[in-house]
Amino acid sequence: MTLIYPLESTKAYPPRLFPDYKSTVKRSPQKPLILMPHTLSELTGPVYGHETVRPNDNDLTVQHAGEPLGERIIVHGHVQDEDGRGVPNVLVELWQANSCGRYVHVRDQHPAPLDPNFTGAGRALSDSTGYYRFVTIKPGAYPWGNHHNAWRPAHIHFSVFGHSFLSRLVTQMYFPGDPLFEFDPIFNSVPDEKARMRMVSSFDLENTKPEWALCYRFNIVLRGRNATPMENHS
Amino acid sequence: MTGLTPSQTVGPFFAYGLTPNGEYQWNDVFTNNLITPDVTGEQIRIEGQVFDGDGAPVPDSMLEIWQADSQGRFADPQDKRALPNAAFKGFGRCGANPKGEFAFDTIKPGQVPGPDGKLQAPHILMAVFARGMLLQLYTRIYFDDEAERNAADPVLALVPADRRDTLIAKRSGNGKVYRFDIRLQGEGETVFFQV
Repeated sequence: MTLIYPLESTKAYPPRLFPDYKSTVKRSPQKPLILMPHTLSELTGPVYGHETVRPNDNDLTVQHAGEPLGERIIVHGHVQDEDGRGVPNVLVELWQANSCGRYVHVRDQHPAPLDPNFTGAGRALSDSTGYYRFVTIKPGAYPWGNHHNAWRPAHIHFSVFGHSFLSRLVTQMYFPGDPLFEFDPIFNSVPDEKARMRMVSSFDLENTKPEWALCYRFNIVLRGRNATPMENHS
Repeated sequence: MTGLTPSQTVGPFFAYGLTPNGEYQWNDVFTNNLITPDVTGEQIRIEGQVFDGDGAPVPDSMLEIWQADSQGRFADPQDKRALPNAAFKGFGRCGANPKGEFAFDTIKPGQVPGPDGKLQAPHILMAVFARGMLLQLYTRIYFDDEAERNAADPVLALVPADRRDTLIAKRSGNGKVYRFDIRLQGEGETVFFQV
């Protein structure tokens, strides 16, 4: 079966069952997935305009009366497809813990303080070249119950829409040089080291703002179509 | 070629960012109600519950749907046929409640072409995200009152006959509600597609 979005590249994705991450054990299918041709349903996807995103939605440090505590950072990059083309006008959503490693979610019981000036949610629309930019604070590491002394490396959750419903990606952005990488089963669920390192942002001195904020670059590469035009298949 | 950015789990704490639903200081851009005032077609509701391999509900799951309008048109310029009807966008998102339940208010989609140009049976695409899922699962929602079209559907035909039932939403109640449960694993496991 020739697929319009190549499947080979999805080998960069983690397996669905990864027992070191215990919650996968009961939440992954046991029967094989059914291979199917891509139809118009799979090859199209939601389109959202600038009305979706409000002016300060991409700055998580100005959403409350005061400034959040922590290390202010800029996170920016390009949304691209696997052929390296920028993906314009797509919605990028993010959410993260505060600088102490605490989420505002009602079920997060980690005994670290909440910050009344930080929700931890943001949105941006990529521009005509696929570029996006956020201002936020660096999230803290936090413990979780997966195994004894389990700690998540600091990360920012990203949710991205691409050209189609197939390009949909939810991932996590990590920070360079985190000592927790080798102990984290979620990070290590990605089998290929090069692919794993694509989830790690790079420190960007050139775009670090003097006297204001460090900058990290995180490019997001989504599934894309190969050269075959869709019109021949619809 | 550039390697893909790997997928990672949505984790347990996505709600305040992706499905705040009035519970957090953040607004929703997507909801589980796809119906726009000007939409045409039959208004329906899809209700279901997500279960894990032990049959336990999955409260920290999120469902997204993507569908054509009642004429079978997608609200995406990549669909080069006639324009979609109205302001209908065809995309919805719902965070499961503590019982793992979800619901979507939408319209019954029309037929869209399949790989060989023949029409597919009416269907809605669904992506399932959850803590414990390193990447989303894709499934399709078909309708039990479309038996004839389902029988001719090229995608359903790829599914072993004894498992097709997991993809068919069952009309019940007041006639407007379809039931579609998702079993991630084990007995009655929902059919998921490699797409």
